[in-house]
Amino acid sequence: MTSPDDSLDTIHALTGEGYKYGFVTDIESDSLPPGLDESTVRFISAKKQEPEWLLEWRLQAFRHWLTMENPDWAKLKVAPIDYQASSYYSAPKEGPKSLDEVDPELLKTYEKLGIPLGERAALAGIAVDAVFDSVSVATTFKSKLNEMGIIFCSFGEAVREHPELVRKYLGSVVPQGDNFFSALNSAVFSDGSFAYIPPGIRCPMELSTYFRINAAKSGQFERTLLICDKGSYVSYLEGCTAPMRDENQLHAAVVELIALEDAEIKYSTVQNWYPGDAQGKGGIYNFVTKRGACRGDRAKISWTQVETGSAITWKYPSCLLEGDGSVGAFYSVAITNNMQQADTGTKMIHLGKNTTSTIISKGISAGRGQNTYRGLVRMQPKAQNARNFTQCDSLLIGDRCGAHTVPYIEVRNPSARCEHEATTSKISDDQMFYCQQRGLSKEDALSLIVNGFCKEVLKELPMEFAVEAQKLLAVSLEGSVG
Amino acid sequence: MLNIKNLHAKITDGREILKGINLDVKPGEVHAIMGPNGSGKSTLASVLAGRPGYEVTEGSVTFDGKDLLPLAADERAREGIFLAFQYPVEIPGVNNMYFLRAALNAVRRHRGQPDLDAGQFLKAVRAKLKELEINDDLLQRGVNVGFSGGEKKRNEIFQMAMLEPKLGLLDETDSGLDIDALRLVSNGINKLRSPSRAMVLITHYQRLLDYIEPDHIHVLSGGKIVMSGDKTLAAELEKRGYAMLDETAA
Ligand SMILES: Nc1ncnc2c1ncn2[C@@H]1O[C@H](COP(=O)(O)OP(=O)(O)OP(=O)(O)O)[C@@H](O)[C@H]1O
Ligand SMILES: [Mg+2]
Repeated sequence: MTSPDDSLDTIHALTGEGYKYGFVTDIESDSLPPGLDESTVRFISAKKQEPEWLLEWRLQAFRHWLTMENPDWAKLKVAPIDYQASSYYSAPKEGPKSLDEVDPELLKTYEKLGIPLGERAALAGIAVDAVFDSVSVATTFKSKLNEMGIIFCSFGEAVREHPELVRKYLGSVVPQGDNFFSALNSAVFSDGSFAYIPPGIRCPMELSTYFRINAAKSGQFERTLLICDKGSYVSYLEGCTAPMRDENQLHAAVVELIALEDAEIKYSTVQNWYPGDAQGKGGIYNFVTKRGACRGDRAKISWTQVETGSAITWKYPSCLLEGDGSVGAFYSVAITNNMQQADTGTKMIHLGKNTTSTIISKGISAGRGQNTYRGLVRMQPKAQNARNFTQCDSLLIGDRCGAHTVPYIEVRNPSARCEHEATTSKISDDQMFYCQQRGLSKEDALSLIVNGFCKEVLKELPMEFAVEAQKLLAVSLEGSVG
Repeated sequence: MLNIKNLHAKITDGREILKGINLDVKPGEVHAIMGPNGSGKSTLASVLAGRPGYEVTEGSVTFDGKDLLPLAADERAREGIFLAFQYPVEIPGVNNMYFLRAALNAVRRHRGQPDLDAGQFLKAVRAKLKELEINDDLLQRGVNVGFSGGEKKRNEIFQMAMLEPKLGLLDETDSGLDIDALRLVSNGINKLRSPSRAMVLITHYQRLLDYIEPDHIHVLSGGKIVMSGDKTLAAELEKRGYAMLDETAA
C-alpha cells in the first residue's frame, strides 16, 4: 500500500535519468541550408546522380504534398511544424567507399551505439547498413550475401545498380500521395536501405539497418524497400538513436515490404530516438509510414516493434493481405514516459481468402506520457474465412499518464471473424513489494514486471535484439515508480 | 537477532493497529504467533518487512544490532529478512526460475558473493529440491500465476530455502494446505531450521505446531502480545479458545 503522494515524490526524485545516446559526433557535414521548394528536391536528386524518372517521381510527390494538410486525427498534441526551418540534406563530407575508409569518428559513434560493424558484425552474424543522417555509410557483409544472390545495399546504390527492381516496386505499397508524410518523404528522401532476396533463398543472417540523426536542424527521411521473392525468407532489424537537442527534429521515413508467394519477412524495430527532456523540451518527431504487402499466396509479414523513444510517435506498420492464405502480424511494445506521446498501431487489410492476422499491442504509460493504440482491421468482400485476433493491453505507472485504445473493425464478408481483447492494468504495489521483499531493488522490480507484461512481444524479437530491448525498457522507465 | 521494543504502527487511515509490541527472537529460535483474526499478526509481519502503507509511530526494531526501521523493503530482504506471504502475489509473464535467480543474485551481491550463472543456479535449485523433497513442476511457470493455494505456499518455502535468510517470517503458511501438503511444507521448514536462523510462524492451528515444535508461543490480541508461553500453550488455546484470554485477564 503506497499512498499516491509517496509514488509521486519518488517519481519526481527518480525521473530525469540521462539519455545514453545523446552525444553529438563532431564531423564535417555537407548540408543544405534550411528550406524546402522544388529546387531542394532537384538538389537532392542531382547530388545523388539520380536518373530522370526518379527526379520526376520526386517532383510529382512534392507537388502532391503541397496540396496536402498535416493530419490531425491522431491523439497527439503537436506544435505546428515549420517545414521551411528544417534542412533536407546532410551528409558526412568524406564519401566513404569501404569500411576502412569510414571516418573513425563515425565508427566511434557506432561503437558507442553498440552496433556490430566489421569484426563485431561477423561475430554477431549481422549484416549492417548504417544510415547516418541521410547517407548510408557502410554496408557490411555485402559480398558474402552477393554469392547467394541477395542484394543488400543503400537505397542510392540500388537506384544505380538495380534500377529495374527499384522502379518496379518503389511506391507500389505506399503510394507517394498515401499521406502527408509519405508524400514529403517521397519528395526529399535522401537514402535508406534496400534488400532483395531471390526465390527460394533463406537469408542466412539478420539484415540490419541502424539509423542515427546527428546533424542539428536536420530532418531524416530515409526509405527502406525490401523484396522477398517467391519462397524466400528474411529477418530484418532496424534500430534508431539521435543526439539530445533542445529543438524538435523531424523523422519521416517510409518502409515498404513486398513478400511474394510463400515468402516470409520478419521486420523488427527497436526505436530509441531521443524522447526530449522531462519537461518535454526537444526530442524527435517520428512520423513514419510502414507497410507490407503479402503479394502472393501464403506470404507472411510480421512487424515487431519496441518503441521507447521519440517525443511524438505516429506510426502504423500495416499489412495488405492480398494473397490467399497470407498471414500478417503486428507485435508492439510502446512506452511513453515524462511528456512523450505515442499514437501507434496497425492496419490489417484482408483482401484474399483465408487470410489471418494477429495483433498484440502492449502500451506502457508512465510520468505524464500518453499512449494510444489505434488499429484498423478490415475484411474486404473477397476475404472469405478471414480471421483476426487482436489483443491490446495497457499498463499504467503512476496516475498522471493516459492509455487509450481506438480499434476500428470493418467486416465486409460475413464469413470473416474478428476477435478483440483489451485490458488496462496498473502496476500493483503488491507486485512491487513482493519483488522487493525478495531482495530486488525498486528499479529491478519494475523492469521485471514490465518485461513480464511485454513478454509475448519480446519473444518475437531475434535473441540479441531482445536482450537490448529488455535493457531499453528498464532505462526508459527509470524513475517512474514509487 | 530481532529485538522489538514497544512497537506502535498505524495504517494510512490513521487507525493504530500495533499498540506496543515487545518481542525478542534469538538465533536458532522458532517463535509462533497466534491470535484472533484482525488482531494485527500480518500487520506485524508487514511492518517488519518494510511494506509501504504502515507508519511506525513509536518504538524500535533492531535486527542483528542494526536499526531496521529506516531500511527500505529490499534492503531488509538483502539483510536477511524473508517474508512468506499469507497471499503470494502473481507476476504474469515472469518465469519463476528467472525471478528467483534475479532475487538470489541480488542477495548474493549484498553478501559479497559472486552472481550465479544459469548453470550454477540450476545446480543449486536441484540440490534444494532434493533436500526439501519437493518436485520441480512449478519452476518454469509464471511467478505464482495460476498456482493453487497449496502450490503458492510451497513455492514460498522453496524461495526461502534458496535465499537462505537469517530470519523467516511465515504468515499462515499452513492455511489452505491439505494434510500431505502440510507435512511437506512442515518438513521443508524443519530442514531450514538451523542454529543461526530464526523463524517466526504466524498460525491459527495447533496442527502446524505438531510438526514444527516452537520454542515460544505468543498470543497477539488487539495489537499487543497478551500472553507468552512454551509449546504447551497452543494445546491449551486449542482446547479453550481465545476466550481463555479474558478468563486469564480477569
Ligand atoms: N493495508 C491495510 N489497509 C487497511 N486496513 C488494514 C491494512 N492492514 C491491516 N489492516 C487492518 O488492520 C487490522 C489487522 O489486520 P491484520 O491483517 O494484521 O490481522 P491478522 O491478525 O493478520 O488477521 P488474520 O488472522 O485474519 O490474518 C484489520 O482490521 C485490518 O483490516
Ligand atoms: Mg493475517
